[in-house]
Parts: sequence; C-alpha cells; structure tokens
Amino acid sequence: MTPFERVDLNKADLEQADPSNADLARAVHGKADLNKTPPAGKALAVTARNVVKAFGERKVLDGLSLDIAPGEFVALLGRSGCGKTTLLRALVGIDAITSGTLSMPPVRAAVFQEPRLMLWKRAWRNVALGVRKPDVQQLALKALAEVGLAERAHAWPATLSGGEAQRVALARALVREPQLLLLDEPFAALDALTRIRMHQLILTLWQAHLPAVLLVTHDVDEALLLADRILVMADGKVAAEISNAGARPRHIDDPQLQEKRRQLLALLGVEEKPTYAAYVAQQGAQLDALHAAQLEARRDAEAQLQTETQPENHSETQRIRVAA
Amino acid sequence: MSKSLSLPLDAGVAEKATPKAGRVRIAQRLSGLAGLSRIASPLVLLLLWELASRLGWLPTRIIAAPSAIVGTFAEMVWSGELPSHMLVSLARIAKGLSISIFTGTALALIAGLSRRGEIIVDSPLQMLRTLPFLALVPLFILWFGIGETPKIALIAFGTVFPIYLNLYSGIRSIDVKLIEAGISLGLTRAELIVHVILPGALPSFLVGLRYSLGISWLSLVAVEQINATAGLGYLVNSARDFMRTDIIVVCLLVYSLLGLFTDFLVRTIERHALAWRPSFLRS
Ligand SMILES: Nc1ncnc2c1ncn2[C@@H]1O[C@H](COP(=O)(O)OP(=O)(O)OP(=O)(O)O)[C@@H](O)[C@H]1O
Ligand SMILES: [Mg+2]
Repeated sequence: MTPFERVDLNKADLEQADPSNADLARAVHGKADLNKTPPAGKALAVTARNVVKAFGERKVLDGLSLDIAPGEFVALLGRSGCGKTTLLRALVGIDAITSGTLSMPPVRAAVFQEPRLMLWKRAWRNVALGVRKPDVQQLALKALAEVGLAERAHAWPATLSGGEAQRVALARALVREPQLLLLDEPFAALDALTRIRMHQLILTLWQAHLPAVLLVTHDVDEALLLADRILVMADGKVAAEISNAGARPRHIDDPQLQEKRRQLLALLGVEEKPTYAAYVAQQGAQLDALHAAQLEARRDAEAQLQTETQPENHSETQRIRVAA
Repeated sequence: MSKSLSLPLDAGVAEKATPKAGRVRIAQRLSGLAGLSRIASPLVLLLLWELASRLGWLPTRIIAAPSAIVGTFAEMVWSGELPSHMLVSLARIAKGLSISIFTGTALALIAGLSRRGEIIVDSPLQMLRTLPFLALVPLFILWFGIGETPKIALIAFGTVFPIYLNLYSGIRSIDVKLIEAGISLGLTRAELIVHVILPGALPSFLVGLRYSLGISWLSLVAVEQINATAGLGYLVNSARDFMRTDIIVVCLLVYSLLGLFTDFLVRTIERHALAWRPSFLRS
C-alpha cells in the first residue's frame, strides 16, 4: 500500500476563489476538496498532470505537469505573478484546481513568507496545533529544539523576532513529519545573515527527515545552494528545469553553479547583474563620452564666439575643468 | 456607567502615545495633585448637602442627608436586605447575559462563517437592532406574562446585539491567512472555530461584552419595574411609595458600584485572556 492519496479534479464549477468578497466563508468551506480515492501506483511524492487553475477567464496554471520524487529537494523559480503560489496552494490543499490531476502525499506541511502564527497561542502550542499524536507537547518541544528555539517554547509569538517566528513556523511544519514540505519564499522577509543560517537549518532538517521539498524562491543563489533540481515556471507551465545534484555543502563561487546561474537568469529573462568593477567601467565610459561631447560643443561655441569678440584666456581653464 | 462603555482600545492608544519616562513621572505627579483637587470639590459639596439637610433647607422628602444615607446603607447591608435583593438582580443579569452571550455567539458564527448564514441572520438582526428595546416592555408582558421570563428575556434581547455585532465583525476581520494556515495544518472545522476563529475574534467579543454589561444594568432598572417582588428595582419602587429617598439613593449607589465592578471584571478578563496582545505584552 502506498501512502499517497490521489486527487482528481475536473470541476470547472468549483468555487472560484475571490479575495474581494470575504473570504472567510470560503476559506473555511473551501477546505481541501481532496477525496481519498485509491493510491496512485507510482511512488512519487508529487505528480501533477495537465493542471489548470483559472481565476475567471484567466488561466494562471495552464497545463502544468510536474513530478517530485520522495525526498527530493526541488526549487521553483519564476517571474512575479507567474503562478508559483497558486501551484503551492493547490498542493497544500487550500485551493482546488480547475482541471487536471494532482496527487500528493497525505501528510503535507507548508511554510509561507509570513510565519502565520496564532498570536494567542504560545510558541509550542502553535507547533502542536492540529497534531493528532500522543504526547503532543513533548513532540512540539522537540521540534522547537531542532530549530534552536527550545528556550522560547513558552513565548508569545508577538515577542518573537522575524527569524524566530519563521523558525517556529518551520517547527510547526516539521512536527507533522510531512512527506511533502512546501516552502513559499520562507526566507524572503529575513535579513541576509539570518537567511544564511536558515539555509543551513533547512538543509540539516531536510537531511534528517528527508521530506520531498518544493521551495518557491526569487533568489537564484538560494535555489542553487539548496535544491537538487531547479524548475523555472512560465506561462502557467514548468518551462525549464536544471538538474543541480552536486554535493553539499555548496559554494556559490563554484564555476559550475555560476554557469547554471547564468542559464537560470537567462531563462528568467534577467540580464546578469554586472559586477561592480564592470559597472564602474561602464559608467566611466559613458561619462567620458559625455564629457567629450560637451567639450566638442563648447569648442564649437567658443569658436563661434571668437569670431564676434576678443579671445580670452579663461576658455582654456574652463576646458580643463570640464575635462576633469 | 459611561465608564463601562469605553473601549479597551483606549488603553492601548494611551500607551502608544506615552512619551519618555521622565515626562511620564511628572505627568503622574501632576495628575495626583489634580486627583486631590478633584476629590476636594465633591467633598465640599457633600458637606454643603449635609449642612443643608441638618438646617432643614433640604427636606428628606426631596433627598435624605448623606449621613442618613450612609446609615441606611449600613443597616440594609447588616440586615441582609440589600445583599439578598442584589443577588436577585445579579441572577437576572447573569441569566439574561448567558442567554445573549450564547445566542449572540451562535448567530455571529453563523453569519460570520457562511455566506448563506450572513444573508439569513445579519439583515434581520440589523433591523431589530434599531428598535429601542425598552419600548418592547408591553409586548414582552403580553407574551411572557409578568413573572421572571419577560425580565430575563428583555435583558437578553437588549444585550444580544453588542455581542453579536462585535463578534461578527471580529470574525470577519480575522486574517484569512491564519485560517488558511489552520486548514493547511489539518484542523477540522470545529477546531478551526475553537483555536483560530473565536480566539482571534475575542478582543472584539470583549468590547461587545462591555457594552452589553452596561446595557444590562440599564435594562435591569426598567425591567424590575414590572411587578417585581425582589431585586434592586423593586427596592427602589417600594422606597418611592414610602418616600424613602435614602433607600433610593442607596440603590442608585449600588447600581453605579455594580457597574464599576463589572467593568473591572471585564478588564481583568481582558488582561488574562488577551495576554498575548502586543499592547499588553509591552506593558
Ligand atoms: N484569488 C485570486 N483571484 C484572482 N487572481 C488571482 C488570485 N490569486 C492569484 N491570482 C493571480 O494569479 C497570478 C499568479 O499569482 P501567484 O500568487 O501564484 O503568483 P506568484 O508566482 O506566486 O508571484 P510572486 O512571485 O509575486 O509571489 C497573479 O497574476 C495573480 O494576480
Ligand atoms: Mg507568491
């Protein structure tokens, strides 16, 4: 027996999510439309075939297909608004898809850009929320210890720093021992140093628990450092993928990673950000050209002037000032 | 009574506006002085009142002397008369409020959690809300007779709206992201209500509860005029028949003390139930 549930959704008539009109009713009603039909044969963590998700007329996901193996770390890149979050929400089970097939393991957990903690529950109670196992508190404390927050277990969420709150969210995901961990830009709101620590933490936790991971990020380097495979989304599909199975720990200066970085940036339609030296050189060249043009114009003007008035010496100093 | 109607938000706002510690201390000392002078003026008035009574300028028929009022108060407490009537009144309020809290919460959940519920529940309640509920006394007497039922029903009717309205808007303004988080954590609908929706709407509920408590005292005064044989309102009515202005004033004092007490009660509940709020955590 495989531990996967299969979800077949072919209902264009499913409730269309509409954030403008509240929301709550739907958020509560629209709860996971996941019927527990027999398991899919294949031992994949995620199988998506021809997934379509439309908001009104607009298809945000348009025939998307995707496989993720158990224990695989996959990063998902794509321009803003290309539907990454939409895909993730479908995988979490918050939103139903319009058509297509989507199968995912029954135990999933998600961490979003904001920690989404219940402010009225202490950290460990947030972690324990919805866990249906004996000795929940013990499990929650253990998970918090794993993310290095053992001593903040009884803190109110409002007293946690951004990074701490995000780690509580991570503990809350891990305590469920998910077969699929969905991360939607979980580090985007953190400072650079905290982000580096979080990268290490997430790798450690992933290697300890080996869930399949789908990480949505805008940071190409983050994807290169963490993932086994990098997907680029465009036009509602997975437009490209790059294998990135190198050994860890990785360093971004690795020429192989640099090469992949260039490829990814090209795929994303971003020109590679020039180095600072190149930037200075380029700006310098532009300035030079500008100065030359100014100088030329001034010479012309002076030549014109000279025909009308007496030549004066200061024109020379002016020229020097401009050139400097 | 007006105090019990003030929002708990005020406290948070005042805190935010607090300037540096030094200035606060000076302000406190100043307000201490102001407090003294504030007590002084009523004290002088009381003395004048007492004097006027003793000199016979203020007949007892109009109003009893402060000393007489204090004496009556002590006597009524001592004989157990006042506590027993107070208990009857408190029991009425407790019953009426329990009903209104229960129905108000149920209605707010129905209206707040489903589109259909909103259509069915919200518009009729919004219409009923505009009724001056004390004008319903004759109707309630016709429906429920002159026993306990109309009294409790009227208190419940008057207090259900603040509970409903505030809780409903509280539920509606809960961050949808938190509900989604709850769903993605695998919470059932009931767990979602218990762990996410109700706690998230608790601050609004407590605002509603405060309004309701204020209204409940108000309705008590009106309700206990209906053929009561016990309760503070009954005490006032019979005191009027015997022209006992001292008892009337004692009852008025008790009303305002009870109002203050319930206000304090809600504040205490707030401090414990909302300990997680940033505004409480900072203080
Ligand atoms: N409930 C909704 N109703 C209508 N349109 C929506 C809804 N949710 C998302 N969209 C639209 O779907 C598109 C994809 O949104 P999505 O949030 O998936 O983008 P994204 O790839 O996560 O972008 P970002 O990188 O900026 O987070 C956007 O154009 C968005 O406006
Ligand atoms: Mg997104």
